[in-house]
Amino acid sequence: MIVTPQKARFSEPLKLTGGAVLPEFEIAYETYGELNAARSNAVLVCHALNASHHVAGSYADDPENLGWWDNMVGPGKPLDTNRFFVIGNNYIGSCFGSTGPTSTNPATGKPWGADFPVVTVEDWVAAQARLADHLGIERFAAVMGGSLGAMQALQWALSHPQRVRHSIVIAATPRLSAQNIAFNEVARQAIMTDPDFHGGHYYEKGVVPRRGLRIARMIGHITYLSDDAMMEKFGRVLRRVTPGFDFDVDFEIESYLRHQGDKFSSYFDANTYLRITKALDYYDPAADFGGDLSAAFARAQADFLVVSFTSDWRFASSRSRQIVRALLDNRRVLSYLEIDAPQGHDAFLLDDARYFGALRAYFGNIAL
Amino acid sequence: MTELETIARWVSPGARVLDLGCGDGTLLKHLWQTRQAPGYGVEIDDAKVLECIRNDVNVLQMDLEDGLSVFQDGSFQCVILSETLQAIHRQEPLLREMLRVGREAIVSFPNFGYWRARIQIALGGHMPVSKELPYQWYDTPNVHHCTLVDFEALCAKLGLRVLERVVLRDGHPVGVLPNLLGSLAIYRVSAQPR
Repeated sequence: MIVTPQKARFSEPLKLTGGAVLPEFEIAYETYGELNAARSNAVLVCHALNASHHVAGSYADDPENLGWWDNMVGPGKPLDTNRFFVIGNNYIGSCFGSTGPTSTNPATGKPWGADFPVVTVEDWVAAQARLADHLGIERFAAVMGGSLGAMQALQWALSHPQRVRHSIVIAATPRLSAQNIAFNEVARQAIMTDPDFHGGHYYEKGVVPRRGLRIARMIGHITYLSDDAMMEKFGRVLRRVTPGFDFDVDFEIESYLRHQGDKFSSYFDANTYLRITKALDYYDPAADFGGDLSAAFARAQADFLVVSFTSDWRFASSRSRQIVRALLDNRRVLSYLEIDAPQGHDAFLLDDARYFGALRAYFGNIAL
Repeated sequence: MTELETIARWVSPGARVLDLGCGDGTLLKHLWQTRQAPGYGVEIDDAKVLECIRNDVNVLQMDLEDGLSVFQDGSFQCVILSETLQAIHRQEPLLREMLRVGREAIVSFPNFGYWRARIQIALGGHMPVSKELPYQWYDTPNVHHCTLVDFEALCAKLGLRVLERVVLRDGHPVGVLPNLLGSLAIYRVSAQPR
């Protein structure tokens, strides 16, 4: 499937949760399949931390560059683009095409950099709603995401109850735990204490806080895998014949983390990373309801599919069950899958017959 | 008369139901179609959960042995435990939980006091294998069999009131000597005092 990224420009200012106002913004997006005449088959796919609007397919000039959820989305895939009109979007504050810290600040003519405001999940949904308007979609058949993307799928059902028929919430949590926030803070500190960070104004210095980004990514990767999956994948296998008794790479896992860190720091923006982790930390739909998640979900009208993975310790199944309980309290139409997959948080990206089979069946039952 | 029909008759139209160990969701689908009774199923088996989703039945993949803590007190008119009682390790807490979250419970189980089962043990000298109990003793999900007498004694112990009882054999109600002649027992119970 050959796809073409597109951009939509919005000149109406967007007031953000934190109080700042984005005077104008762009959203990068891709679409797959055709919008039907009734405009009833649109599915919005929301991405997690480091992904983008490139959900499925590949580009004519870059056939190797497969979308991050290409196993899930496409012709004949669980989210079948022969039946659904699927939209991948890049949230604002990101560094893959939508307006973010690397974009030009219209007030100064220079990159926003450190001045780009902190955005929230609610802000992303507000911006995505503008994209939906732009594409002429009044109501989504489904909004779907994993991890941070799942928070957007949840928030859609809360911000725009009338506009979502099904909310598909995978590997989610209704709020970060202190431990989750702690990992994010270590990642942010790694970036902010990098001498090349310059308080976020590194673009004009012609440098990138790569060391900080590398460490941030290494920390992230530890939380994406289960202990068992990491042991299974890397064990205590050595990269060299005997231990070196020095600080070069001895173990496979060290090599893996360094490789992931290097790769990530070559394409990801540090200011974006700071803001995304803050969006994660702040997300808490129950906060305005005295911590009562059930009260927060009282306004939801969508049907829900919630999926968790038993080996996910970043957003454990017990967190998804909190969502399930809140939805049950509100008598929502709801199914919940707890997939006994070994990979940890990353399982939401991997093909598992039970998980993909359920998604395929669920989408198959969505009337158009 | 089948178990499905018996249960459907006991569920009032529009009642909210919870089906524990709901299998492929056949009962829930039937209750929705015939009684407009919305509800949820609880099932742990991956293949059965997938069938529920295919059947467009609300299913929650959870282990009944972990209790029913995700459900609020009194949130269902009727909680159903169909041919699952014998596969549960700890019946007492589950029955209490059922009547915490539901006003009434419907419980069905294969009657271990059925004469064929008795004969297989008494004369054959081996554990019963039958249509209702198709497993060998070493390869069965069932861990706690009981008879009508046993179940009613447990209800008495837990202070549960038996509202109705239907005992079946080959789809026919059994009126005489049900603990001997019935192979499947279906009870409707409540926690309300007499």
